[in-house]
Amino acid sequence: MIRAKDVRKQYGNKVALANINLNIPSGSIYGLLGPNGAGKTSFIRIMNQITAPDSGVVLFDNEPLKPADIGRIGYLPEERGLYKKMKVGEQVLYLAKLKGLSSSEAKSRAKEWFVRLEMEDFWEKKVEDLSKGMAQKVQFVTTVLHKPALLIFDEPFTGFDPINTNLIKNEIKRLNQEGATVIFSTHRMESVEEICDHIGLINNGKVMVEGLLLDIRKHYMNGTYAFTTKEQQTFSGMDVLHRDLQHTGHTATIKSEAYPSALIQKLAKENQLLGFEEVLPRVSDIFIDIVNNGPKPLNS
Amino acid sequence: MKSPILLIIQREFITRVRKKTFLLMTLLAPLLLAAVMIVPGLLASMPEDDKSIIVLDEPSILVPEEGTSQFSLEYLNPNEFDLETGKTFLRESDKDALLYIPSGNGWDPDFIKNNILLFGKEDIGIDLQRFVERQLEEKINQQKLIRQGVDPEVVSQTKTKVTIKSFTMGEEGNEETSATPLKMGLGYIAGILIYFFIFFYAVQVMRGVIEEKTSRIVEVIISSVRPRQLMMGKILGIGLVGVVQFLIWVILSGTIYAVVSTFIYPEIFAQQVPAGPGSPDLSTVDQTNLFSMLNSINFPVVLSGFVFYFFGGYFLYSALFAALGSAIDQEADSQQFMLPVTAPMIIAITTAMNVIQDPNGPLAFWMSMIPLTSPISMMIRLPFGVPIWQIGLSALILVGTFFGVVALAGKIYRVGILMYGKKVTWKELYKWLKY
Repeated sequence: MIRAKDVRKQYGNKVALANINLNIPSGSIYGLLGPNGAGKTSFIRIMNQITAPDSGVVLFDNEPLKPADIGRIGYLPEERGLYKKMKVGEQVLYLAKLKGLSSSEAKSRAKEWFVRLEMEDFWEKKVEDLSKGMAQKVQFVTTVLHKPALLIFDEPFTGFDPINTNLIKNEIKRLNQEGATVIFSTHRMESVEEICDHIGLINNGKVMVEGLLLDIRKHYMNGTYAFTTKEQQTFSGMDVLHRDLQHTGHTATIKSEAYPSALIQKLAKENQLLGFEEVLPRVSDIFIDIVNNGPKPLNS
Repeated sequence: MKSPILLIIQREFITRVRKKTFLLMTLLAPLLLAAVMIVPGLLASMPEDDKSIIVLDEPSILVPEEGTSQFSLEYLNPNEFDLETGKTFLRESDKDALLYIPSGNGWDPDFIKNNILLFGKEDIGIDLQRFVERQLEEKINQQKLIRQGVDPEVVSQTKTKVTIKSFTMGEEGNEETSATPLKMGLGYIAGILIYFFIFFYAVQVMRGVIEEKTSRIVEVIISSVRPRQLMMGKILGIGLVGVVQFLIWVILSGTIYAVVSTFIYPEIFAQQVPAGPGSPDLSTVDQTNLFSMLNSINFPVVLSGFVFYFFGGYFLYSALFAALGSAIDQEADSQQFMLPVTAPMIIAITTAMNVIQDPNGPLAFWMSMIPLTSPISMMIRLPFGVPIWQIGLSALILVGTFFGVVALAGKIYRVGILMYGKKVTWKELYKWLKY
């Protein structure tokens, strides 16, 4: 869907994007991750043609971005808001028309969304009379109303209350199933593990790692194993990270350089094993690892 | 599907025109303006406060002058009263003031003129003081003349008032009646109108930009339209509001003035209208004269100049104000940047009188070439007649500067609207031009 080739953006002396290459596959839910100031928003603004790259090119469906693509993108910026004095209905229609929808088309779609998200009675209200949660729903509707093929959410859940967060997560999943490609940009990496299938990690304007989330997590597995045993375990001479008691039995995670088969044999001698798995590292742990040690070479 | 810039213009226009404040301003302003025109006439026709003055006139200069209907004079006998008893008399009487004229040493007018005293129970009004001074000056002058052996009658007969009819030599050799006061008024009023229009509506552009920034909607919008489209749409939309409001004002003010002057207070306005041809001695401006005066002004040029500079000035300044608005987070921060931007306009207004006095002098010329002052300064000059090449050059500079400023302002705007929480300096703005 989106392919960035050697994209560079510089503000004064500050390099926001240092010749990055990214590939966001069609139909994916893609997590664009990185700490604040990594360059995520700079890249998003380039995709939205708010700014242009100093060099490099962004391909949208294999063609360089062109003004007409704006109508195929739905963007929820991190700094978002609505005209406070304007009525909700008018505002939704105005923003939809700016995206190229006709008046009647915009109206019928908006009404549909307002019913779906149970906000029919907002239509005649002014934005300043809405609660924060209500305004967030309106903002979401304006982002998706023109049925964009690409949805970009910049820090979507900051400021959303838990109920709306859930509601919107589900709506996003539904839109993705209907064919939309979704990009999430966030510095809160734990929040995307459950929803994203692809990720790209950016730091200091450079791409650290990119690909299928599962592949990346597998690639960064580091010999951490979780066990469940019937009785309290004994791990002679092993590095225990965590112990717990759950309804399935006693659990523990340990770290070991040994091969899994050898490890099982060793542990089975001392304990009655109920379960064993190698633990996938968390994205945030991978990120910290990469920042400290650099990306892990593919052949390791 | 409409072009985005039209949608933006439409939104800017409709949301503003629908506001209650717009309705209020649009209806109240002509009433205020009409009041400004009518109230002085009404006030002038109101009876004034009468004052009675007691006079202790030791040298008998004023005697037997009785004063006017407004200021009546009554005399105390100098043989029975002196200054102190005169004051006591004033305190106990219902009179308003005591005028004391000392005789001094042997009736010396130079001594008398410096030692006249006026006591009032309340503050002595400026009208009363002027009246007394005028009366005394006249009497003392007469006395001086008599002492020099000159008959005051002769002097008053030799007094002459000169009235000049001035003409402007036209290029084809025809002579036009010079209409300097009319041209002054016309130029000044037109200049002031442009000044207010620019100030009022360009600041609204800035406010609109700040509003979009503080409500954080701006990034949503510019993901659909180009920042420059948003800026131009805003400028055009608000300009349109201004034009509509201005036209309503002109029509309403004219109607109110016409109604009031023909039906409600015709007698007041009759006094202000120049006297008819039947009484040519009463006024230097009779009706045929007025007609030829009006003829001496090139109205097509003045009118089209007004429209051009009205819009040219507005567009130029609103682009500057839009850039300004984009650079700041809230209106309170705008002060430090406002002054340098508005200074040229203020200079144009404060030098208006100098431009009027010498409409073809170097100051007037340069002020009407510099694009930040020309909308006002050139407008002031136009009724006096300006060489066509100067108008053309000034217009060209204004239009050229407008495009330059829009290009620069657009750059600042593009960066500024996405900058939050940053105290902006001039240096920073300069850097944005290069992003």
